Amino acid sequence: MATAMTLAGAPLLDLAGVTLEYRSGGRRVVATEGVGFQVEAGERVALLGPSGCGKSTLLKAVAGFLPPAAGRISLHGRALVSPGPDRIVVFQGFDQLLPWKTVHENVVFALRTARGLRRAEAERRARDHVRRVGLAPFAHAYPHELSGGMKQRVAIARCLALQPEIVLMDEPFGALDALTRERMQEELLELWREARFTLLFVTHDIAEAVRVGSRVILLSAHPGRVRADLRVGEGALAGDAHDAQARVRALVFDALEDWSI
Amino acid sequence: MSTAPHLAAVPTDPPGVTGPAAVASPWSRLAAVANRTWVRKLLLLALLAAAWEGYARQLANPLLVPTLSDTVRALVQSVRDGELPGRVAISLKLLLMGYAGGVGLAAVLAFAAAGTRIGAELLELLTAMLNPLPAVALLPLALLWFGIGAGSIVFVLVHSVVWPVALNAHAGFSSVSPTLRMVGRNYGLRGPLLALRILVPAASPHLLTGLKVGWAFAWRTLIAAELVFGVSSGRGGLGWFIYEKKSELDMPQVFAGLVTVVSIGLAVEHLVFRQLEARTVRRWGMRT
Ligand SMILES: Nc1ncnc2c1ncn2[C@@H]1O[C@H](COP(=O)(O)OP(=O)(O)O)[C@@H](O)[C@H]1O
Ligand SMILES: [Mg+2]
Repeated sequence: MATAMTLAGAPLLDLAGVTLEYRSGGRRVVATEGVGFQVEAGERVALLGPSGCGKSTLLKAVAGFLPPAAGRISLHGRALVSPGPDRIVVFQGFDQLLPWKTVHENVVFALRTARGLRRAEAERRARDHVRRVGLAPFAHAYPHELSGGMKQRVAIARCLALQPEIVLMDEPFGALDALTRERMQEELLELWREARFTLLFVTHDIAEAVRVGSRVILLSAHPGRVRADLRVGEGALAGDAHDAQARVRALVFDALEDWSI
Repeated sequence: MSTAPHLAAVPTDPPGVTGPAAVASPWSRLAAVANRTWVRKLLLLALLAAAWEGYARQLANPLLVPTLSDTVRALVQSVRDGELPGRVAISLKLLLMGYAGGVGLAAVLAFAAAGTRIGAELLELLTAMLNPLPAVALLPLALLWFGIGAGSIVFVLVHSVVWPVALNAHAGFSSVSPTLRMVGRNYGLRGPLLALRILVPAASPHLLTGLKVGWAFAWRTLIAAELVFGVSSGRGGLGWFIYEKKSELDMPQVFAGLVTVVSIGLAVEHLVFRQLEARTVRRWGMRT
């Protein structure tokens, strides 16, 4: 296996035997064990599993915040070593926007810091992406003046503006009310149709996984292991969500005896 | 081009367009004015001033309590002949030197604490030991080290500023949410750049509190230190002015000096720190 160079034809993202753990004062918590899957460019992969099964940990590892205890995570065949703007995370909480910057400035800051763009170019791209999520009238509002759904839209706009190789989302709609959540899922798919980015989307909600993902990877409860890897196809996009959801649901209850939430 | 998702129906009003309630009669307008906090405080102040004047007149002993009007006259006179402004300038210069030194030292300590474990332990140890030590208690030592004069005063000022500022900065940096740190690192920020671009603004409420407390400590310490020895250089500051006038039994001037101390403290609090707060943490919704 080549290690330090990009392999032609290597998958965009490759996880092989990834075990992740936390150590604190002699205690060792295994979050995921031997997780392996690959993601191709343009795929929308939903990572589905019960709370505490290590989904967030896995996403943090892909983002480069946490080195694997065993196994290997590589991007274009190259092992990941540190966080970087080629993998941008959208978090669940409403505290991921910089509160001291307006909506517009948040996006500009990201573009200038992570991509090193000059101000004029960053401003142009920021305006474009803020408009795409429908927040142009709020471009100069501060985060504390926005609703939860609007904050998540800004976080998504800020992420997409950076045009990362892969978009990592950790239950980005988890703290929203049910109506807003459904609308945001639609909007996300709408944005995907425009830009066709690669998406790794963590959720514990079966309906959301099927709606957002073109593929659903099912993780078992603590410690997380891959239980199933299901291609939903564009069923959900084509409006054939019920069928796909029924299949995943059957699989989930088959595979997991201790599903929580 | 605009196949943008249909997000047109945004529920909230744009910020800053809260409609003011229509004001009806002149009476309700007057009531609204009387309800303003600063108007009420001004009225209270006038009441206290009247009480002072009344009591001093009744006591009729200007050596103990001069009247307000005498004090104001003394104040105006000292300002006119340039004595008081000169003293204030000397004090403020010392104060700024000590404050800048203290804040600079605190910044070094707090950044070291944010970046390394040994730095954090050192800062915690130092503040635990030295924060409870009143600055004035260091004066004898300062005299020995720096002699009588500006050096000693600046030394105790630095001591009075550095611990509260460093302590607040440390608390601020420690309380920055892990999510915000990850956002910064996600953009490739590390080390000093991460601290500067993410930690400092995210900790701004704590930093402002530290600067404010540090300023109040410095001002008190300065006046106290000058009362003990502004003598040497022959040109003392505001504290020395008060001490000198007491020796001359010029009580209206002593009170004028005290009024000046209070006024400058208030002015800095309101004109500098409140303004800074309004433009930063309040605007950003970060005041807890
Ligand atoms: N910082 C941490 N220190 C120690 N254990 C942690 C930490 N974060 C998460 N864990 C543990 O790791 C496991 C997986 O957590 P997480 O990845 O957050 O799960 P999920 O996102 O699927 O709900 C849980 O058992 C959790 O208690
Ligand atoms: Mg999670």
